[in-house]
Amino acid sequence: MIQTSQLSYQYPQGPLLRFPDVDVPQGAVLLLSGPSGCGKSTWLALVAALVAPTAGQITVAGQALDALNSVAADAWRARAIGFLPQKLHLSAALSVYQNLAMAQWAAGQPEDASRIHAALQALGVDDLAPRKPGQLSGGQAQRVALARAVLLQPRVILADEPTASLDDEAAADAVGLLLATAKAQGATLVIATHDARVAVAISPAFDSQMGLKTLHLVRKQL
Amino acid sequence: MKTLFFAWRYLWSRPLGAALNVLLLSLGLASITFLLLVAHQLSRAFDRDLAGIDVVVGAKGSPMQLILSGVLHIDVPPGNVPLQAVRALEGHPMVARVIPISLGDNFRGYRIVGTSHDYITHYAATVAQGRLWDAPMQVVLGSTTAAKLGAALGNTFVGTHGLGAGGHAHGDSTYTVVGILAPSGSVLDRLILTDTASVWKVHEDFTALDDDDRKAMEEEREVTMALVQYKTPMAALSFPRYVNTSTEMQAAAPALEISRLLHMLGLGTDVLRAFAGVLLLTAALSVFIALWSAVRERRGDLALLRMLGAPPAKVAALLLSEALWLGLLAAALGLLLGQGFAAALGWFLKLDTTLLLGGMVWPVELAVVPALALGVSLGAALLPALGAYRVSVLELLQGR
Repeated sequence: MIQTSQLSYQYPQGPLLRFPDVDVPQGAVLLLSGPSGCGKSTWLALVAALVAPTAGQITVAGQALDALNSVAADAWRARAIGFLPQKLHLSAALSVYQNLAMAQWAAGQPEDASRIHAALQALGVDDLAPRKPGQLSGGQAQRVALARAVLLQPRVILADEPTASLDDEAAADAVGLLLATAKAQGATLVIATHDARVAVAISPAFDSQMGLKTLHLVRKQL
Repeated sequence: MKTLFFAWRYLWSRPLGAALNVLLLSLGLASITFLLLVAHQLSRAFDRDLAGIDVVVGAKGSPMQLILSGVLHIDVPPGNVPLQAVRALEGHPMVARVIPISLGDNFRGYRIVGTSHDYITHYAATVAQGRLWDAPMQVVLGSTTAAKLGAALGNTFVGTHGLGAGGHAHGDSTYTVVGILAPSGSVLDRLILTDTASVWKVHEDFTALDDDDRKAMEEEREVTMALVQYKTPMAALSFPRYVNTSTEMQAAAPALEISRLLHMLGLGTDVLRAFAGVLLLTAALSVFIALWSAVRERRGDLALLRMLGAPPAKVAALLLSEALWLGLLAAALGLLLGQGFAAALGWFLKLDTTLLLGGMVWPVELAVVPALALGVSLGAALLPALGAYRVSVLELLQGR
């Protein structure tokens, strides 16, 4: 599902980051760990075709990313990648429902109310659809953001620091929710984190059928 | 459509800022609307009322006053001229037609104008009810005058001295309404027309002490001015000079005087136009700052849209759509405010019944207002939209 080979990225007037090769099968989980600044975010951006690698190849869901121009990359990302950012970025100007409708708009798809409600329903937050994000608890907001990430049934879910600023119990719940959602969707899940609690949380919740891979990055300037 | 919907929601997520920006932009646009409306209506009034009048002959004094009082009926005349002198002009080889105008009285603020049937013919007005006068002390009302006074055929009234309401009444001289004109869109609509002899009769009855006195006054009859039409355009070169040098009267060319008037008004409108320009520039800066701040505040939201598959142009379009809404709202409000200002000016200076200056007029020139609104708002949004276009998803991922 996700294969990288000889991957590196050179920041303009910055460090050259080299990444170990990975081969993550469909439906598996990749735990991308390492300290801040080691390149986790850059790796996510590379796999989401947001930036092009300086060298190396990336194939995601059978698509060689170097074959995509910027327009095709946007369209491909809308279909293939679901993203759960560290800061959830739910728009305060819009209701929960409208936040998901905006995700459909961003992906160039017509508004599909039944799909939006189904995504919210799957995460147990459909009753929150008319509310503004400011009226949600932290856990509710994260569920809404996850519903937005999986709304278009992506092949890959990228979760960036999903447990940051959560207490232990909430962190465990968040990881469990991610695993359950990815499994329900048959999606490959990538969790980028420097939080050691994530690995601990995965163990009891983890379904061995999914397959777990780890990629530990170290901060090393070459 | 969804882009416009989301832009609308984003715009009103900061209601105070959005409302202030709309208001600021609308004030500039209202000033422009006001200027366009006044210019359009003045130009229309001048074209309408001055058409076909080549020169106005009256007492020496301010030529502009002569035009304003005798043609547009918005000023007092400089004085009277002898009837004999005006009649002499009728025989001039370059003159096609002379229309006498005698002013001096009014009824409830509507001027009573002593003249000939030619005055009505000149403006191509037609009688809607009754007939034209065929004897002194019969009047024909303009359509607006009749409507405002609620007058009907057969009504009688007594004029009062002077050109505005409040003079003393000519108690023994009663006018009878014999006709009402159809609306002509000209100055006639707001006048009371009668035979020139009516004006003489009223004042001679009022002033004469005995029959000898009346006879003496008949020999010295006057009119206020005469509207003159030339036989040939060449007359414009010599006729005014002839009048100004060979008679005790002056000749004023409407085109020349109105051009002077517009030049004088132009100084005022230039100031107002500059003021409107400053307002629009301020509004543009305000819109720019608001949208620039919006991009900075929402950098993460915008980056997330890119992550969700939105192309850069779509993200930029969201910002431009916010500016579009600002421009459209400001254009609508600016047009309404401008119409309100024009109506208020017309009412305050009482020009709504003379020059027909007022609001709720929609000349085609007003199309410039929405164009300007969109130009300013979209122009101010260009840099912020570029910022949105270039928003970095990597920065979002790196938590910056």
